[in-house]
Amino acid sequence: MINFLFAAIKAGTPLLLGTTGEIVTEKTGNLNLGVEGMMFLGAFAGFYMGYRTGSVILALLAAFILGAMGALVYAFLTVTLKANQTVAGLALTIFGAGFANFFGQILIAESVGGVPKLPDSFISRVAEGPLPILGDIPYIGKLIFSHNPFVYGAVIVSIFCWLYISKTRPGLSMRSVGENPAAADAAGINVALVKYVNILLGGGICGLGGAYISLINGGGVWNNNCVNGQGWIAVALVIFANWSPLKSILGSLVFGAFTVLQFYVPKDIISIPNAFYVMLPYLITAIVLIFSSIKKSKEHAQPAGCSINYFREER
Amino acid sequence: MDRARQNSPAIELRGITKTFESVVANHNINLSLNRGEILALLGENGSGKTTLMNILAGIYKPDCGSIFIDGEPVVIHSPEDANKHGIGMIHQHFKLVDVHTATDNIILGNKGTGLWLKPSRRQRIKELSERYHLHIDPDKKVYNMSVSEKQTVEILKVLYRGADILILDEPTAVLTPQEITKLFEILRHMRDHGCAIIIITHKLGEVMEISDRVTILRKGESVATVNTAETDIHALTELMVGKTVELSIECPERKHKGNLLEIHHLTVSNEEGVDAIQDVSFDLNKGEILGVAGLAGSGQKELCETIAGLIRPREGAILYKNENIVGKSPADIIKIGISMSFIPEDRLGMGLAASLSMVDNMLLKSYHKGRGPILQRKDARVLAESLVERLEIVTPSVETPVRRLSGGNVQKVLLGREIESNPNVLITAYPVRGLDINSSYTIYEAINQQKEKGVGVLFIGEDLDVMLELCDRIMVLCHGRVTGIVNAHETTKEALGLLMTDAANKKEDAE
Repeated sequence: MINFLFAAIKAGTPLLLGTTGEIVTEKTGNLNLGVEGMMFLGAFAGFYMGYRTGSVILALLAAFILGAMGALVYAFLTVTLKANQTVAGLALTIFGAGFANFFGQILIAESVGGVPKLPDSFISRVAEGPLPILGDIPYIGKLIFSHNPFVYGAVIVSIFCWLYISKTRPGLSMRSVGENPAAADAAGINVALVKYVNILLGGGICGLGGAYISLINGGGVWNNNCVNGQGWIAVALVIFANWSPLKSILGSLVFGAFTVLQFYVPKDIISIPNAFYVMLPYLITAIVLIFSSIKKSKEHAQPAGCSINYFREER
Repeated sequence: MDRARQNSPAIELRGITKTFESVVANHNINLSLNRGEILALLGENGSGKTTLMNILAGIYKPDCGSIFIDGEPVVIHSPEDANKHGIGMIHQHFKLVDVHTATDNIILGNKGTGLWLKPSRRQRIKELSERYHLHIDPDKKVYNMSVSEKQTVEILKVLYRGADILILDEPTAVLTPQEITKLFEILRHMRDHGCAIIIITHKLGEVMEISDRVTILRKGESVATVNTAETDIHALTELMVGKTVELSIECPERKHKGNLLEIHHLTVSNEEGVDAIQDVSFDLNKGEILGVAGLAGSGQKELCETIAGLIRPREGAILYKNENIVGKSPADIIKIGISMSFIPEDRLGMGLAASLSMVDNMLLKSYHKGRGPILQRKDARVLAESLVERLEIVTPSVETPVRRLSGGNVQKVLLGREIESNPNVLITAYPVRGLDINSSYTIYEAINQQKEKGVGVLFIGEDLDVMLELCDRIMVLCHGRVTGIVNAHETTKEALGLLMTDAANKKEDAE
């Protein structure tokens, strides 16, 4: 059981980052369906930097920047050119996947034996292991305090995002822009600037989620198509988490559990085809959507201005 | 205060022009406003009042013309610029974030100190609201507020930013008489503290009551500025409309006999499960205008929607020509000749699709009559064009999206379409809400024409003076109950007022 939950936390971490990034984006009034693409960009950038330099910091930085660059394209299309948000997001998803697989293939072709692998020093630095003292607590130590450093990092990122969104002045500005850009505009807020900053921030965080997949989940080896739909689960998780980064911690744990469930169900007792388990997270997403549609709440819902571009002079 | 400030007007506009595509909203407008003064900006719908004020507030950019503040030429690029010059605008459609508290809405966009939202932010708002007698719960969410409370938040918002030039765009359109009195007290209080105030309105009584001077706009041009003390309602009307207008409403004699609609013991629960209408019974006769009076939220909306078949009543019956129509679909109810036009507070909310043209909006109600799968737009276009002519709708063309029209013109489109469907029963709620005199009279006339044709009209109104003149009988609702049905020609405004708060019945109970 502990092994199962431990694996769930591990599998949930990239979802947590993707979800948090998308929450930041949606809270500012932009539905960016390019999460998958930005995670791909982050996955490749992180892996490439780690592969070439062996530096963890540089790998994360590269992942953040490339994720944010993907978001910049999206922001330019939707905020400045006022293009349709759904189409721009989908384009970003397709572009990100293509970009990562194209350069990933070059990496594979150039590497020794066709397997691009991170340096050992890099792998050992991000390896999981019990924390001092805390790691010695029975059960909890194994379950919570024996992860790789990125897991803690992801939780800290989402707590920071929660503080930022709900407790700070810039957070209030971005929430207002997301809910009612006309009101924010009349209050003297630079709507476009706020949107750009938060879309880029959200994209960067999604990029980090991608880096986790290529650096940790891949076991130090580059795989094409490594993100494999996790960006889409993150988009759905935003709804599950009611647009709250804190709730997304729980949500990503639940969805992480569904992702790894197939490896922990005793096959000799319950025999269901693997395809069923692969389907589960998406099935749960659909169910979540049904319940969140029935229970209508004004406050814990999608920001009212989400997916609508803002024209000041429109009447 | 330095001399420049004292000698020159707080705001001076010279030659402001603004066009939207082919519509000229403002043409060469001049206007000036002093400190310690309330200026009323008067004009019919589409005369460019709101556009002009949006230019001052930095929402729109003028095509040409100049703005002087305290004698200095300024350029206002954005609401932030306007704010810097001390200009604060209270919009007709409130610019508030629904899911945030009053406090969060008020402090929004202020360059406050520090990164964190401090609990102490509420303190200054409390002080401010006490100084200007604006009472508000700082922690209340906007979506839980009444219209009047939202307006209070808007006023606090501009005061919090230190604005001393206030622009109010039709602030009284959605307020009760008591709330209006309170608002005017606040405005006078602010004027006496040296604020310069522009109030946009087309209610002449209010202009006379609150303003020091009046600037009149007509068709996008400033036609005159007069001192309020030296003018009267008739002179203002003439300036505004450009011709003499008869200020009395006709109430033609009833010609038709017989009963159309009978409502028996109707009880309706609203979305929250509270009874919005309780045990309401009345009947509506042929060729009669039955007024429905009551404070906002007394069950008027639910009554309309129940008769139109949008809500199912919990109890009771609605008999139309002795046939019970409870449980029929809205489409069937329209087919037998009951037509509803409800003008909501935000005008576009019910009945019209904002981004469609007038022609398409006409089709919304008639497309199913056409044969074959292809829309026949010709009839709808003819209808739309005849409405433009008869109701004097100002629009570049019948193919222009409805949302581009000004509020009053949108209302005419909606009411016009309902009348054109040749109903037997016409339900019309707040048909003149926010309309100027000329447009209102056009609509009263249209309603009277229906009456003479033998249509039973249920007229849900706000302005008691109008209802006393226009209606045959008036039914008063209070908390979803009928507190009285009276003959409009034999009652007074005061008597209706008492019924509206149910004071008359309470008095009887006490005795």
